[in-house]
Amino acid sequence: MATWFARGRTSMVGRLLGKFWKHSRTGAGLAVWAGILIVLAILFMAIFAPWIAPFDPNTKVANPETPPGGPFPMGTDRSGQDVLSRIIWGARVPLAIVGVSTILSLSIGLPLGLLSGFKGGRLDRLLVLIMDSVYAFPGLLLAITIAAIIGPGIANISVAIAVVYAPTYFRVIRNHVSSVKQQSYVEAATALGVPRGGVISRYILPTVSQNIPVIFSINAADAILTEAGLTFLGLGLPPGIPDWGFDISLNWQRFDYSWWATFYPGLFILILATALTFVGEGLNDILNPLLRKRAAPVAGGT
Amino acid sequence: MSALLEVHDLSVTFETEAGRVHAIHHVDLELPRGTTLGLVGESGCGKSTLGRAILRILAENGAMTGRVVFDGRDLSEMKEKELRTIRGRNMAMIFQDPATRLNPLMRIRDHFFDTLRSHEPNIETEQVLQRSRRVLADVRVPPDRLGMYPHELSGGMRQRIMIALSLLFHPTLLIADEPTTSLDVIIEAQILDLLRDLMSRYDMAVLLITHNLGLVAQFADRVAVMYAGEIIEEADTVPLFQVPKHPYTQGLLRSVIDLETNHLYSVPGSPPDLLGEPKGCPFLPRCGFAMEICKTVDPTPRSVGAEGRRVACHLLQEA
Repeated sequence: MATWFARGRTSMVGRLLGKFWKHSRTGAGLAVWAGILIVLAILFMAIFAPWIAPFDPNTKVANPETPPGGPFPMGTDRSGQDVLSRIIWGARVPLAIVGVSTILSLSIGLPLGLLSGFKGGRLDRLLVLIMDSVYAFPGLLLAITIAAIIGPGIANISVAIAVVYAPTYFRVIRNHVSSVKQQSYVEAATALGVPRGGVISRYILPTVSQNIPVIFSINAADAILTEAGLTFLGLGLPPGIPDWGFDISLNWQRFDYSWWATFYPGLFILILATALTFVGEGLNDILNPLLRKRAAPVAGGT
Repeated sequence: MSALLEVHDLSVTFETEAGRVHAIHHVDLELPRGTTLGLVGESGCGKSTLGRAILRILAENGAMTGRVVFDGRDLSEMKEKELRTIRGRNMAMIFQDPATRLNPLMRIRDHFFDTLRSHEPNIETEQVLQRSRRVLADVRVPPDRLGMYPHELSGGMRQRIMIALSLLFHPTLLIADEPTTSLDVIIEAQILDLLRDLMSRYDMAVLLITHNLGLVAQFADRVAVMYAGEIIEEADTVPLFQVPKHPYTQGLLRSVIDLETNHLYSVPGSPPDLLGEPKGCPFLPRCGFAMEICKTVDPTPRSVGAEGRRVACHLLQEA
């Protein structure tokens, strides 16, 4: 059993990678690769922060609001801490929260979407109602509410963000499942006695799972902004942990005197969110043949 | 002697936004072991729904009442889990559109793995391949096709593979829902030869669902004619084709093109809307012999003559 499953999966991953390679010279392929590179660079920065950062992020190393230059390429903030070091350390929180929360929302949205789409009926209507109400609610507002209810902490923010993004997985997966389950090959498998679990995992899931990378990366980009928003508002982070959103909230009132302490954290939020959007949009172009076909005549230049 | 498949008073309804559709209305059917029953009728008369109802693989908005007894076991009382062990093992179904019946993301080999492992979870890989090759030989498909994806094969080849998948466990009943409709005549003849050969080899009964009267005439032992969700006439093939009794059967048999006169007859009108509660004989608006009683009472099938013929028509019940 194990070898049989493994074989199917490697070939699927292989096909996906092959697709990326084929498209790596098109605009979409470039966007994906550039996005992935930037995200990896920031991830590297976060993981090796203790070795890369020139100073401790939480100690005063110079006069407050020293302009960029010399040992402080991004200057110091109003407490005299090195902005560059805080940015390097500050990459950890957003990445951790976004990683955990997107995985969490995927593991809520995917199974519920499969169940809801496959079962149909009353359960489906109930789940759609719940998910749609969550989806209709403004994301940041909902995250603030949840964060305020369950209290501070990195884990809690992750949960708050996961709740906000679970409906996107649910909706896409559920709708795709309810159309794929009517495919004749699904009926044929049922007629041959393949159990429901097997029908879902081998006849429905492989088809609907093509949506996951796209939603994953687009949600991640959005989640970065939500996370920054939450920490900017001072919700959820215990003191002493460097974080881009939090740093902006500490320094923005002094923008006229020390723009660098606000500008650089903001720039990095922008870079990370843009890189993730590149990955998402690029994947969408590559994995969604309809979009690709529509773009083709333009790219070909008739 | 009890038949392999007995259908008693089977009705199927579908809940739709427009209301309840009565797709099948009080159908009785019997299929003895090793024989072929042809189920004929116009598009939308419920033939395919009947086949699916027997396997109980109706769409989720479908509901059925009545009993289906297969090999002495009452399927209508079985749980889904138990039914699953019968599907594909004791009774199987092949469909009219082989092009779309195989999972496009899976190799042919994996379809065989899936079907076999669904019924025998602990079967060895080597055994799966061996048994797959054996049934593929039965349907005359070269074994190297196992490594291919469905899109690499022709329609006829895919239908053979569907048949091979159905034959893995030598089912005693094969429901063939227009198995050759989308195939050309040469492939059709080959598939029919194949089915005939397999029937005699495995003592398999076939429920042949089709609108092709020629196919039924040469293939079926017995014929049931369906109209608007009811079986309106049922008889052995030869007597039915020689002397059709029901006005609809008469019209249906005349609707075959006559090569000498080049004349093509068609039954006037169109089948009734199955939405809502049926009343009276469903064939009434198209019938040339309609009587007063036909407007209010739906005729039930009654035995007519000596050959086990059953006809649902007031005309014959008076005589």
